Amino acid sequence: MAFFDTLAANLPKLLDGTVTTLALTGLGAAIAAAASPGLALLRANGPLPAQLALRAYISFVRGTPLLAQLFLVFYGSGQFRAELTALGLWGFFRDPFNCAVLVFAVNSCAYQTEILRGGIQAVAVGEIEAARAVGMSRPTILRRVVFPHAYRIAWPALGNEIILLMKASALASIVTVFDLMGRTRQIFSRSFEFSVYFQAAVLYLIITACFVYLWRFAERRMSRHMAAPGRA
Amino acid sequence: MMELFSYGPLGWGDEILAGLWVTMRLALTTLPVGLLLGFAVAALSLSQIPALRAIGVGYTTLMRGLPEILTLFIVYNGLGLGLNRMMAWIAPDAGPIDFPPFAAGVIALALVFGAFAAEVLRGAFQAVPEGQILAGRAIGMSARKIFWRIKLPLLWRYALPGMGNLWLNLLKDTALVSVIALDDLMRATKVAVGVTKQPFTFYLVACLIYWLMCLLSELVLAQLERRANRGLRRA
Repeated sequence: MAFFDTLAANLPKLLDGTVTTLALTGLGAAIAAAASPGLALLRANGPLPAQLALRAYISFVRGTPLLAQLFLVFYGSGQFRAELTALGLWGFFRDPFNCAVLVFAVNSCAYQTEILRGGIQAVAVGEIEAARAVGMSRPTILRRVVFPHAYRIAWPALGNEIILLMKASALASIVTVFDLMGRTRQIFSRSFEFSVYFQAAVLYLIITACFVYLWRFAERRMSRHMAAPGRA
Repeated sequence: MMELFSYGPLGWGDEILAGLWVTMRLALTTLPVGLLLGFAVAALSLSQIPALRAIGVGYTTLMRGLPEILTLFIVYNGLGLGLNRMMAWIAPDAGPIDFPPFAAGVIALALVFGAFAAEVLRGAFQAVPEGQILAGRAIGMSARKIFWRIKLPLLWRYALPGMGNLWLNLLKDTALVSVIALDDLMRATKVAVGVTKQPFTFYLVACLIYWLMCLLSELVLAQLERRANRGLRRA
C-alpha cells in the first residue's frame, strides 16, 4: 500500500514537523496560561476601564480569523521595520516561528481568560465566606480557595481550547514555519504523494488522543478527594 | 490614507469589497450544505443500528480532530488529482485543469461545519423532553407531524446558541480559502499589500471588517434567540 511505503520515507520529516507543532502549541498555550489568571481576575471584578479594555481585546480576538491575526503581526510588522530595528525587536519579528508563538499566545490568552473567568465566577460564595470567616487574607483566599476551584471547573474547557490551538497551529505553515502541516505541504509539493496528507492526519489525531488522555489523567488527580470512596 | 481605500483604479476599496462579497457568498453557500450534512450525520449518530452509529460518531470525531487547513488541502488537492485522472481517461489530449477553488472551499468548509453541527444537533435532539413527544402522540399526531410541529421548533431553540458559534467559526474559517487561490477578502488584502507595501494598515482593515461581520452576526443571533425563546417564561 502506498500509505505504508511512503510513510517510512516521510516519517523523519513528519516527526520533525510534529516537534515544531508541539513547540508552537506548548509555548503559545503556556504563555497564555501564565497571563490568564491575572486577566481573568480583572475581567471578573477589576475596575471598569480594565474590564472594558479586556472585553474589547477578547471580542477582537474572537471576532477575527487567526490567519488574519497572524498576517497582521508577521507581515504587518514589516511596515514598522525602522521603528522595530531601533528598538532592537526586528530580529524577533523577522522570524515566523516567533510571530506564530506571539499570535497564538495572544489569541489563546483571550479564550483562556474568558474560560477562567467563568470558572472564577462559578466558585460557590459560601466557600469564600468560609475562608474569610477563618481569617484568610485576600491573596491566600485566591491561592487556596478561588483558583483551585476555578481551575477544576474550567479544566475541561481549557483542554478543549488547547486542542483547538493545536489544530490552529497548522496555520503557521502558511507563514513558512515547518510544523507538521508545513512539512506535509513540502513533501506533497515535491512528490505529489497524496498519501502524505493522510499520514499527517493520523499524526494530528494521535497528538489529540494523547493530549486528551493526559488531560483526563490530570483532571482525575485534581479531583481525587471528590472520587467516590473505595474507588481509585 | 483615505485614497488607499477609495474606489476606482487608485484605491483598493472596490477590490476589498469584491473580496468581501466572495467571503460572504462562500459562507452563505456553505451554511445550507453544512447544515444538511450535519442533519444527516446527527441522524446516523442517533441511529438504532450500531454500524450506522459508528459511522456517524467516527465522522464527527475524525473531522473535529483534524486542522481545518489540512481538510481543505485534502479536499482541494484530492479532488484536483481525481478530476485530472478522470479527464486524462476521458480526454487524454486536454491539459491539466484546476478544480474550481470555490467549490473546493464550500466542500471542505461544509465537511468541517457538518461535523460540528452534527454534535450540536444531536445534543439538541436528545434534549427534547420525552413528555412533549408523548403528548403529541396522545392527541393523535403522526410521527411526521410530531417532527414538524414539536421536534423541529424545539430543536431550533436548543441548537441556536451552538449554531451561532459555528456560524461565527465558519465566517472566520473562510479566510483559509485564500491559500487555495480563491479571491476572498483575505486574498484581496494580500494583493493590495503587495502593491502598496502597507501590510499593517491593510491587514488591520481586513481584521476590522471580519470583526464587524462577527459583531453584526452576534446582534442578529441574539435577536433570533430572543424570538426562539419568546414562548418561555423567565425564571
